[in-house]
Amino acid sequence: MTVPDDGLAYPGFADPVHDAQASFRAVLRALARPGALCTVATPPAPPPPLAPASAAVLLTLVDADAPVHLPPPFAGLGPWVAFHTGSTGADIGDAAFVLADEWPDLALLAAGTDEVPEASTTLILQVPALEGGPRLILRGPGIEATQTFAPLGLPADFAARWAANRRLYPRGIDVLLCAGSAVAGLPRSVTVLEAA
Amino acid sequence: MKGYNFAYLDEQTKRMLRRALLKAVAIPGHQIPFAAREMPLPYGWGTGGIQVTAAVLGRCDTLKVIDQGADDTTNAVSIRRFFARTAGVATTTRTAHATIIQTRHRIPETALTEAQIIVYQVPQPEPLYRLEPSRTETRRMHALSEYGAMHVRLYEQVARYGQIAISYDYPVMVNGRHLMAPSPIPAFDNPKMHRMPALQLFGAGREKRIYAVPPYTDVASLDFEDYPFRAGRAPHACALCGAQASYLDEVVTDDRGGRMFVCSDTDYCASRREQAP
Amino acid sequence: MAYVAVKGGERAIDAAHAWLAAARRGDGTVPSMQTAQIREQLGRAVDRVMAEGSLYDPDLAALAIKQAQGDLIEAGFLLRAFRTTLPRFAAALPVDTAAMRLARRISAIFKDLPGGQVLGPTYDYTHRLLDFSLLEDRPAADAPEAGAHPGPAPRIPDILGQEGLLEADIRSDAEPFDITRAPLAFPAGRDARLQGLARGDEGFLLGLGYSTQRGYGNNHPFVGELRVGEVDVEIVPAELGFAVCIGTVTLTECQMVNQFAGSKTEPAQFTRGYGLAFGHAERRAMAMALVDRALRAEELGEALTAPAQDPQFVLATCDNIEATGFVEHLKLPHYVDFQSELETVRRLRATAGSAPGAGPPPGAVPPDEPP
Repeated sequence: MTVPDDGLAYPGFADPVHDAQASFRAVLRALARPGALCTVATPPAPPPPLAPASAAVLLTLVDADAPVHLPPPFAGLGPWVAFHTGSTGADIGDAAFVLADEWPDLALLAAGTDEVPEASTTLILQVPALEGGPRLILRGPGIEATQTFAPLGLPADFAARWAANRRLYPRGIDVLLCAGSAVAGLPRSVTVLEAA
Repeated sequence: MKGYNFAYLDEQTKRMLRRALLKAVAIPGHQIPFAAREMPLPYGWGTGGIQVTAAVLGRCDTLKVIDQGADDTTNAVSIRRFFARTAGVATTTRTAHATIIQTRHRIPETALTEAQIIVYQVPQPEPLYRLEPSRTETRRMHALSEYGAMHVRLYEQVARYGQIAISYDYPVMVNGRHLMAPSPIPAFDNPKMHRMPALQLFGAGREKRIYAVPPYTDVASLDFEDYPFRAGRAPHACALCGAQASYLDEVVTDDRGGRMFVCSDTDYCASRREQAP
Repeated sequence: MAYVAVKGGERAIDAAHAWLAAARRGDGTVPSMQTAQIREQLGRAVDRVMAEGSLYDPDLAALAIKQAQGDLIEAGFLLRAFRTTLPRFAAALPVDTAAMRLARRISAIFKDLPGGQVLGPTYDYTHRLLDFSLLEDRPAADAPEAGAHPGPAPRIPDILGQEGLLEADIRSDAEPFDITRAPLAFPAGRDARLQGLARGDEGFLLGLGYSTQRGYGNNHPFVGELRVGEVDVEIVPAELGFAVCIGTVTLTECQMVNQFAGSKTEPAQFTRGYGLAFGHAERRAMAMALVDRALRAEELGEALTAPAQDPQFVLATCDNIEATGFVEHLKLPHYVDFQSELETVRRLRATAGSAPGAGPPPGAVPPDEPP
């Protein structure tokens, strides 16, 4: 089957109201329980190279009031995103969401202000897998004692990079990691340590 | 319900609320302004909680609604019916059976679990409003963690009364960073918020603010080392179930000073009576 | 007396609603009122409900008035709650009030002006004597028809502005703030302030406007112009690319002209307060213009001394849907909070002394108001 470049042949949620609700609950749980793997309701055929979970997060949270920035390799998804969400894109520094498949320079993303820390970007990071990578230890709100988290696709010096984000608190970037049909959250409030 | 979306709100409004909720979870205790909608129930009667519940609620949820701890007070009945009608969800009065609990002024006596979300109706989300009416100024105070004025207020009470005399809506520090109004729950309920396994969401419709406390988050009631926080309750046992440690309503039984004390949490009280031999 | 836990909230609510419906209908031997009668004969009530309900629909406003037994705040609430659920298809272009088809147009600052003074259907010069003939349902006397309807008339800024005596209109193509889609934050821009005032409670605006006249933030107002009439509402559908008229609305516009002594950067000139309201609502438009001008005190470098000059005080208080909800919520049970206060007061009294009647010490902090 040949597919038009703009991806419009790919549908959104089969049931927009209830799939968005189910996906939102997964994302809410992901941020409320950092490092826990949460399963979203996925659209039947997400346009490549979107993972089902990334597609679900976009369809659930993005709209004209909260646009997403799409750097390569996702730049070609603009028409699909516009059609299904109403977001016509935004510069990386103004976007409510940034979709990426590698860890970006967080300094380019809006981190909010001390008075309005919520005016910050949420990074949707599509990774190869949420398990099987180097082990990280998470502590902080949402975690009873510690939580082990081992996604693939994070930079080797991730703990140090995250510490820089953590120091901005209450400013900062919140991250949703997506792989397959699962999402895991790293809110700005979490502390990340490399496992010994 | 014919002519209305699932759970009343349109999808765009739900997305706006959901984005605000996610930021609220990421910054525990910090108030997020949101564009509250007019709801078909009056402002001040739970519209913030209703909007949060509407944004969170799904077909598979079981909803419990309490007001003053009771499932059968008229406003709780009204809100429960609203969701039964607009979302068709299952409702319950059993705390343990609910996945979402919307509450006004109480936290259930039965400990909540990781599988549950509690949604508080909040009349006044700004803990500093009695000290500083300007929202421009309180926003700056939160940004700078400038909470000395609240400690001064508590200290003035200690100086005058020999104790802290706040009975409800007792201010708390969340995650060691943000001062937060717990909503007008009695101070008795404050300790339940500390490291609660359930996700706690707060909605203030008229004041247009959302905030949250994630599971297992530190929630400390403000106090002083030499004047520690004290959670008060009437010094009686429940006249119906005999509970010694639950929060009690005082019921006037005659005009000659007759009183009885019963559990404010009606489900807790009924469950205890069912289990009693 | 044996204690019975309060049960039966559901049955009580159903019974209360049934009783309410019967009370609303009143004496069944009196004919039921049609909403068309309300729309046609209680037009000022309809206009107020449309303004405070923030939705221009005379038929639905009439329905809301009927449903609310004439409680206009309750009716505005019904309309507001309905409005929330409506999808937005398009945003209208700004209406052109200079092209208004005038029913009334007066200026208090010029004896005559281009377009003329049009007295229109006003109560201003009626003698407030009860008209007992209205009891008898007689047909109204025919109103004399003028030869021609007054044509479009230039607005007062178009006249006074040419000399530079009046501050210029603010020209902007920026998207205005929308208080129905974004939370109001302070300091609020004038766009947001005007939106809040436009649907604020008429009585509250009247009182605040009056307070400025009584010295609480005086701004030396003159009615530059007050006009009432119909304007076209136009949208530009994306698929057409040009404006089409989708209907007409009746508006009342007030341009209040205020003295301004000037500042370091601005020469002395007249400034303006602006009022705009759905329907025929002169009191509302004038009060809004007074308050709008008072809220500009900071922008104009005037001393901030009065409630009407405080944007948070005015805007966070003027919405009667919010206000009535929160005032009336005091009817909801507060026994949990009251119980906690009882325990505290008992504890304080026990601490203060065991003597009967011992109360809190002098200078006691009053209990906080119920939430």
